[in-house]
Amino acid sequence: MRLLKPQVSRVLGWLALVAVVVLALFGLWGAPPDAVQSDAQRLMYVHVPSAWIAYLAFGVTALGSALWLWPRTRADVWDRLAGASAELGVIFTALTLALGSLWGRPVWGVWWAWDARLVTTAVLFFLYLGYLALRRIPTSPESRAKRCAIAALIAFVDVPIVHFSVNWWRTLHQQATVFNPELDAKIHGVMAFTLWFGVLTFTLVYLYLLDLRYRLLALDEDREERELRAAIAERVAAERPPTPTPTPADRAPGERAPAVPVVEVAPQ
Amino acid sequence: MNLWRETVLVAGKDLRIEARSRVTLQQVLPFGLIVLLLFAFALDPDRGVLKRVAPGLFWVTVLLAALLAVSRAFSIEADNGARDGLRLSGLDGPALFLGKAAAIAVQLLALEVVLALTVVVLYGIELDTLFPLVLATLAATVGVAATGTLYGVLAAGLRVRETLVPLLLLPVVAPVLLGATRAWEAAIDGIPSDAWPWVALLGVFALLYTGIGMLAFGPLLEEA
Repeated sequence: MRLLKPQVSRVLGWLALVAVVVLALFGLWGAPPDAVQSDAQRLMYVHVPSAWIAYLAFGVTALGSALWLWPRTRADVWDRLAGASAELGVIFTALTLALGSLWGRPVWGVWWAWDARLVTTAVLFFLYLGYLALRRIPTSPESRAKRCAIAALIAFVDVPIVHFSVNWWRTLHQQATVFNPELDAKIHGVMAFTLWFGVLTFTLVYLYLLDLRYRLLALDEDREERELRAAIAERVAAERPPTPTPTPADRAPGERAPAVPVVEVAPQ
Repeated sequence: MNLWRETVLVAGKDLRIEARSRVTLQQVLPFGLIVLLLFAFALDPDRGVLKRVAPGLFWVTVLLAALLAVSRAFSIEADNGARDGLRLSGLDGPALFLGKAAAIAVQLLALEVVLALTVVVLYGIELDTLFPLVLATLAATVGVAATGTLYGVLAAGLRVRETLVPLLLLPVVAPVLLGATRAWEAAIDGIPSDAWPWVALLGVFALLYTGIGMLAFGPLLEEA
């Protein structure tokens, strides 16, 4: 039912929290303001890590789906892992787009530019939004797992194609105009550290949230199953004739007890 | 029976249903035409925008029509246990996939011919360099039909399939729209050399998803 042991998860949670605080301190005060973009550049300390986590999360979803589809490694673990990771991937993709947009406004002067990476990320967002919609459709767990695993792989295969096509589109037609070469200035040591620390922090946050989401999915499935069994038990009880069951004394010698459907309900 | 004969059998069945019901001809085609007309309302034809963006509008219309064609291709098996019949027919998954995708592709190609002629007439563009244009159209159509068939069977039997398929399909075929539009633009501008990379991309897309579809159709049909 759990991805990580409770103790490990707790330690991970605390580590992630501490790392987020340290990252905020470094990002907001520790690192010097950028020469060209001044304080707007500080958004990069969360924007770049979000983008990294989004790709990591979708990679994990694809891996989980592939492992579920492979007959030898088929297990519920992989389906749940794929689902939990895709949810986080969509959240972090949305965060990447939102943060990038906030950054783009002061630096590029626009909320949105038709840059290859932006367009690819937006398509990625919708690809996996569809996957999550598919996951939410109630069917039998086995059937859902199979559909979702295949859908995840179809989407994953599409990512490089989208990336290539959009890159071609934006380079064949016009050179990127918003990317000023000045922006690629040398990066300060503290800035580089903060950026890498951001990636580490977000990875910790991702792992912690992945464990939480995994447990929630498992608990949800468990609850559905128990509700189903309870409903069946209730139905069977309602169908049973109201007359009291005959005592052994009423029965003719040699006759066996009538078969009553037995439904076991797991202890709550 | 070999793959080819089974494919022809399945495609023939779907096309025969279309020949008798004429849903694509009498509903999807007029839908595409009205969309092309509405684009002209939205983008005032006098401003010259329409002519420049004609390839994009054409392909958006084709994608919208493809959504309807896919929906239709799987709704014909929704009733009377027809899908169970398909499952029990003993036909192989790859053949079923190729057959259904081929039927969709044939209908889409017919639609595209009429819609393209409409674009030529209504938007006043000239299609000169036909060779890359035709190849791009063929590859794009196969790609759309393959992905459409794949998502069609994935969503078959679900109550929300009409709303789910567009959400799943459109992001995946985004590169097809991009590639086909650029190839058409290059062909119309008379620069075929610009079209070839896009034709290659569309070809890779079509082959890739035809392969995935042949592998995945059988298992997905079991769940539908």
